[in-house]
Amino acid sequence: MFKCDVLIDSSEIKSRIKKLKNEENYSILLDITVIDYLKHPDVTLSRFAVIYILRDNTFKKQISIKSYIDDNTLTIETISDLYKSANWAERETYDQYGINFSGHPNLKRLLNHHQFVGHPLRKDYEITKGQICTQTEDLMDEMHPLLIKKGYTPEEINDLMLLNVGPSHPASHGTIRNFVAMEGETITACVTEIGYLHRGFEKSCENHTYSQVIPYTDRLNYCSAILNNIGYAKAVEEMLKIDITQRAKSIRVIIGELSRIIDHLVCNAANMVDLGGLTNFWYLFAPRDTAYDLLSKLTGARLTNTYTRIGGLEFDLYDGFAEDLANVLKEVETACSDALSLIAHNRIFHDRTQDVGVIKSDFALSAGISGPNLRSTGIAHDLRKDKPYYGYENYDFDIVVGSHGDVYDRMMCRFEEMVQSTKIIRQAMKELPDGPINVDAPGILLPSKKDVYGNIEGLMNQFKLTFEGIKVPKGEYYSSTEAGNGELGFFIVSDGEGRPYKVKCRPPCFYSLGAYSDIVEGGMLADAVVTMASMNFIAGEFDR
Amino acid sequence: MGLGAESALGDSIVTTKLDHAINWGRSYSLWPMVFGTACCGIEFMSVAGAKYDLSRFGAEVVRFSPRQADLLIVAGTISYKQAPILKKIYEQMCEPKWVISMGACACSGGFYDNYTTVQGIDQIIPVDEYVAGCPPRPEAVLDAIMRIQEQANDESIIKDRVKDYKGFLDV
Repeated sequence: MFKCDVLIDSSEIKSRIKKLKNEENYSILLDITVIDYLKHPDVTLSRFAVIYILRDNTFKKQISIKSYIDDNTLTIETISDLYKSANWAERETYDQYGINFSGHPNLKRLLNHHQFVGHPLRKDYEITKGQICTQTEDLMDEMHPLLIKKGYTPEEINDLMLLNVGPSHPASHGTIRNFVAMEGETITACVTEIGYLHRGFEKSCENHTYSQVIPYTDRLNYCSAILNNIGYAKAVEEMLKIDITQRAKSIRVIIGELSRIIDHLVCNAANMVDLGGLTNFWYLFAPRDTAYDLLSKLTGARLTNTYTRIGGLEFDLYDGFAEDLANVLKEVETACSDALSLIAHNRIFHDRTQDVGVIKSDFALSAGISGPNLRSTGIAHDLRKDKPYYGYENYDFDIVVGSHGDVYDRMMCRFEEMVQSTKIIRQAMKELPDGPINVDAPGILLPSKKDVYGNIEGLMNQFKLTFEGIKVPKGEYYSSTEAGNGELGFFIVSDGEGRPYKVKCRPPCFYSLGAYSDIVEGGMLADAVVTMASMNFIAGEFDR
Repeated sequence: MGLGAESALGDSIVTTKLDHAINWGRSYSLWPMVFGTACCGIEFMSVAGAKYDLSRFGAEVVRFSPRQADLLIVAGTISYKQAPILKKIYEQMCEPKWVISMGACACSGGFYDNYTTVQGIDQIIPVDEYVAGCPPRPEAVLDAIMRIQEQANDESIIKDRVKDYKGFLDV
């Protein structure tokens, strides 16, 4: 049975985590969440337990820590002074479960609106109980103390220009609200508010079977839906202790890398629109549409593919797939070189992006930034290399790193990662093994229609899987993959039934966005816009 | 057309009704404001992109200011937190205006039947056209835009556009 690695008493949590950080180099806080044991069959010490997931600075080791907290006080000490990423993680936990983090600088709701009453992820909160919000917050409760902290007197604050960038703003590419205080064109303080696309992913998961969760994962990072499918399916498969077939692994690598290419295409294309380079948008979106044609032939959907199944894949590759794929890759290469020919030696582009929106590497680690945003700062962390899965160790590809961590580096990292992904796809296609795409496991995969209509075992199997779902053994387990934006993790709690007791998604861009305000403060407003686009914030992912 | 102008001047002039001329102009120059919140917003990019090419319908001038737009395309999930913003944006648009609800979430909440999602934007603002799909294919969005064009052709400038509508944010 999978369990958390360490159990720590809630009174010692801060000192123990501090020790882990300082003595064992667990310098990255991946995620914080809570399990509500109210309806769990096991008898536990108390109703709520807080979970911390940490990673060390070699990126090879990770540790999950569990701490039961007192039912009466529901309070635990904050670790937001140890890790920057804990700030938002603790706020989310407070919002969803009502756990208090003593000493937190700004413990207020993050995802749900300010008129919301109660804590929706508690097991006694009814899933359909919506609460109407009549007014948007003015955010002065955060902005005012922030400006005072920066040394402004109340009179000076009156002279500043306060500006809302979002939640409906073309630069936000979604629904992010940045509330900024400006001195001329310079941002002196920035407060980020999210939650406008919070659509209850985690609560919905608890009310669906493991297979029914897959479509929900599509809509996390909708620019690369298949990478989310893979991340989730991999976590559940590991809990079930099944090893998918070689062919399924290779296909997941191929389609996953194709999704990564699409993700990066969208990010870079949108970024260059914000820079005023609309031509690049047309160049980069053309191969994306060709790739969508391929995906709709393969999976039946353009964007939200729901391609993986627990234990395998929905369909095998179709006849003529290899030619279509080769065509897509060729178009991607042409589009990238066309786009690069416009910007690579373009002085305006360089001036506009170099040394703009700089992220320092130690700041990035403390903030929990991962993926291309982290690699652009010069840290070579890629889960495909550090914790290889699906045979990534057998492919010849490089981790793409930058040197300055500015907008330019982030864009160029994405361009180069597309090249590396193309390389991986070509190798995988060359060595694509034959054989089945699904594991032979009747309790996990639906039987063939011949069996369903032909014999009683098949019928029963179909019925039980559809209505009751896959019975995942009891346990608590964290698994992660390298998604388009970085480390995409799923922390799943199973009580042995066909529906997950809890699914917590660790969304990579949630943590990037948490660090955004610090990155843009002191810069110009127009630079904040391109910084935002270059960090690829996907609302479906950070709001879930 | 009975005015005698054509018989006097031949085919050098065309007479028409004012309504007809204005509706023709309006229907082929819809300026959409895309309220893209989620996955459908990404699909809308494809609609505007080179392959599906919204400009064939005269609707490529995408505005991000509601005051300059006459077609609101709500592309994506609307949460309760987002609802007051959507309503404000709708109210900032000048008449005549039309609303397309793009995708399952905007139409009905889709499969997000939970505590945070509004179960259809028609609980907040009036909707003219619904597009099914999660997300809809670009062709379906183009179809909805063509239906809006048909609606625009039935308008009259002398009739007031009265909407007897009350949503849950109208108090």
